[in-house]
Amino acid sequence: MRSNTRKIINRAVIYILAALIVIYVLAPYLWLIISSISTKADLLKVPLNWIPRKPTLENYYTILAGTSSSTTDAASQFKYALANSAVVAISVTALSMVVGLLAAYAFARMRFRFKKPSFYLILLTQMVPPIALIIPMYMLLLKFNMMDKKISLIIVYLSLVLPFVIWIMKGYLASIPVELEESARIDGCSRMKSFVRIILPLASPGLAATTIFAFIIAWNEFFYALNFTSTIRAKTLPVVITEFSSKHGADYIMTSTGGVIASLPPVLLALVFQKYIIAGLTAGAIKG
Amino acid sequence: MLPDIKKRNALLRNLSFSDSNKNLALLLILPSIIIVFGVLIYPICYSLYMSFNKINFAQRQFEFAGLKNYLNMFTDKYFFNAIRLTIYFTIVTVFAEIVLGTAMALVLKQDFKGRGFVRGIMILPWALPGVVNGIMWKWIYNSNYGALNALLSQLGIIKEYQVWLGNPSSALNLMIFANIWKETPYVVLLALAGLSTIPKELYESAKVDGAGGWRSFWKITLPMIKPVILILTITKTIWAIQTFDLVYILTAGGPAGGTELITYYIHKSTFKFLEFGYGSAMAYILTLVTFLLSYLYIKSLSKEGEII
Repeated sequence: MRSNTRKIINRAVIYILAALIVIYVLAPYLWLIISSISTKADLLKVPLNWIPRKPTLENYYTILAGTSSSTTDAASQFKYALANSAVVAISVTALSMVVGLLAAYAFARMRFRFKKPSFYLILLTQMVPPIALIIPMYMLLLKFNMMDKKISLIIVYLSLVLPFVIWIMKGYLASIPVELEESARIDGCSRMKSFVRIILPLASPGLAATTIFAFIIAWNEFFYALNFTSTIRAKTLPVVITEFSSKHGADYIMTSTGGVIASLPPVLLALVFQKYIIAGLTAGAIKG
Repeated sequence: MLPDIKKRNALLRNLSFSDSNKNLALLLILPSIIIVFGVLIYPICYSLYMSFNKINFAQRQFEFAGLKNYLNMFTDKYFFNAIRLTIYFTIVTVFAEIVLGTAMALVLKQDFKGRGFVRGIMILPWALPGVVNGIMWKWIYNSNYGALNALLSQLGIIKEYQVWLGNPSSALNLMIFANIWKETPYVVLLALAGLSTIPKELYESAKVDGAGGWRSFWKITLPMIKPVILILTITKTIWAIQTFDLVYILTAGGPAGGTELITYYIHKSTFKFLEFGYGSAMAYILTLVTFLLSYLYIKSLSKEGEII
């Protein structure tokens, strides 16, 4: 009897703790979403209405349609920034996966001079604090007239994502038994063919995780974009989102709306592919 | 005859699997090397050069200044303020993240309905862009309409709405909280992975020996996940001292320099006060500190046989 009550109390404690964890994780983000579908009247009320009386998607329409004609206004810059973010993040992901996979294969499977030092050098660059890179890069971009261009952001991000892709993919490739490849080669497959037929399919969970990581890093990046872009030619979403509040007083509804839109691609990708991502997170210690 | 020899040679070439094709290996890593050297190593060397110069930014003039930029740090009270705040920020966030993250992982290890869901949502704060995290908490902390004020006053904890980001110590601590919120779930995920490697038999035999939950936590769980915790502590420390986005968005270093972390201060000195030489020198010192931590990290990685 006594041990039974104790069991029930134990169960109850676990459920209460789990509920607290759910609230802790979801409540702030849920509030951002609620803010984005609220009207000013609801949000600016004291005491606050936690559930909006008239939920509306108007804020999304305003921000995506860019109703204001002025191009310096954050709301009308939003759709350009969205396009810039997409172009930059997708290019960086594609390029870094191709270039990084080649290098990862060489590091995992081949022997060559300076292999170890070059691998560690590539890793070490990942540890350099961004602030130490931004200052000289800024001077160099100015010098070569590369400021405020998407291509500059793509090149810079490539250098950040690439070491990470090489590190993770090298681990995945090295975990695939060499014998599989060797027997394919004995059967007459070329190196290229055995790579495509044998290695790539086996490495696909790793490839999926790494692709998503690369995309999320590039999509979420703010520090470099803030310093290297200034107009709608190259500004990305994170940069534009911070401007809703600074340029026109505080427009928290628009900021929340922009924030929800900017967070959707990484959050949805992460939720959908979480199995791969968690495997990847635990396979290599990853930039958090 | 001839094609046969060719074929055989080709086969032999292929089979000397890892030794041959040095040129191919070089070709494969060349694009990466070019990008890493061109875009990272060259700027790093350039900034070393910058750090020994007094730079007139408007005219792009460099004037050799020796160690002056480095010596200036010793008399810069704002620099020391930033260091002090960064140390506080780093110690509190890393400690809280590890303790809270491990505790949450222990809860999520238990069997309960909906466990998959709770584990699943852990990925959300990790994936959220840092900027969105910043604007989200800025809005929650808002002095006139923020959710924090609304919640605390409706619960009767505060009588009047507070200007949370208006005084240095509450601004710093709330910034720390915003950071903890985003970073903790990552600790949970890694700690869960660490916990899953502990054999169940260990707990069972401990139970037979009469050890309670608390005791088996200290004697089994903690020692077994020590490597994970060590690695998390080092990586989290590295990322914490580089915090910029939150400072930029939440407080811009204020009030009264009360939240001016080192990365923000270097950024301000460089791009606002145009002290490019001085900024480079400070950034170099920060880089050295980071390298020292990274060295510890790589050492502990190889010691643990790269299990994590």
